[in-house]
Amino acid sequence: MQIQVVRKILEHNEETAKRLHDTFRSHKTLVINLMSSPGAGKTTLLEATLDTLQRSFNTAVIEGDISTTRDAERIAATGAQTLQINTDGACHLDSSMLLQALEHLDLSSLDLLFIENVGNLVCPAEFDLGEDVTVTLLSVPEGDDKPEKYPGMFAKSHALILNKTDLLPYLSFDVKRAETAARTVNRDLLFFAVSAATGEGLEGWTQWIADRVREKKAA
Amino acid sequence: MHEMSVAQSLIDIIRSEMDKNAVTTLQTVKVKAGRINAIVPEALETAFWSLTQGTSLEGARLELETVPLELECGSCGTRFISSTEDTLLLHAECPNCGWEFGHRVITGRELYIEYIEAD
Repeated sequence: MQIQVVRKILEHNEETAKRLHDTFRSHKTLVINLMSSPGAGKTTLLEATLDTLQRSFNTAVIEGDISTTRDAERIAATGAQTLQINTDGACHLDSSMLLQALEHLDLSSLDLLFIENVGNLVCPAEFDLGEDVTVTLLSVPEGDDKPEKYPGMFAKSHALILNKTDLLPYLSFDVKRAETAARTVNRDLLFFAVSAATGEGLEGWTQWIADRVREKKAA
Repeated sequence: MHEMSVAQSLIDIIRSEMDKNAVTTLQTVKVKAGRINAIVPEALETAFWSLTQGTSLEGARLELETVPLELECGSCGTRFISSTEDTLLLHAECPNCGWEFGHRVITGRELYIEYIEAD
């Protein structure tokens, strides 16, 4: 016999993500899920971002990595509370992993929590973590066609950050093409062009985050 | 390779539905996946196959149907299906006004089990 099911396959992940979202709301902690390909500069962007935002906000970072604690060590050096999740081969973080990790964090004392997802432009897009803000980082050496090739990730993001703009003079990267393609499937996508290495353009990004943190506090 | 996680969740739901309906033999599971949902059909089939080997679900058929990418034009509001044949490269010019970006995704991101056939 045929049994009508009509259930989302990732419903378990989404239910846990919803619970996490409620927890973040009750603690008024702004949570940012940062996703990108490997090597796009997530950790460098975080180092530069924390440098500014830690002056105003209690901030923690959850580092998702397939293995090693290299990134977590770099973040810990900024003084931010850092927690490592090793996925042991899994290509993305899911909400159950995050739920477990949160047992080791005191959310009530946190204004801002960054989650650095596993470097991968495909899989993390399918797994909500209950975050407030979803950010995709794209770097100039990856090429301007990435939003066209990986629309899922860009469709679900609130903001797109183009990193390594200091390399634009040396590579053929059409900024307008990347921005336009990303917006094809996401009319509200915000766009920031930065160089985490030189600091260029970071002010707009950190100011935007600071505004979101204050907004959530006031809500 | 998130298809492994997807296949595991799929199997969990199948088992719970089979228990609920007191059936024991699964013939078919029908899954609908949106076009910009990054599911590679072959990878999901392989994952499903390997996770069901040697279990009571062994031999069941996985039917995967792709849901087209339907967009609502960011300029005039017309709804249209993105017509590109290349499954990866997006080209989405509104057939009514020619606008190319700022569209809203209506369908194309879903991932769900539609039905199972079991006895």
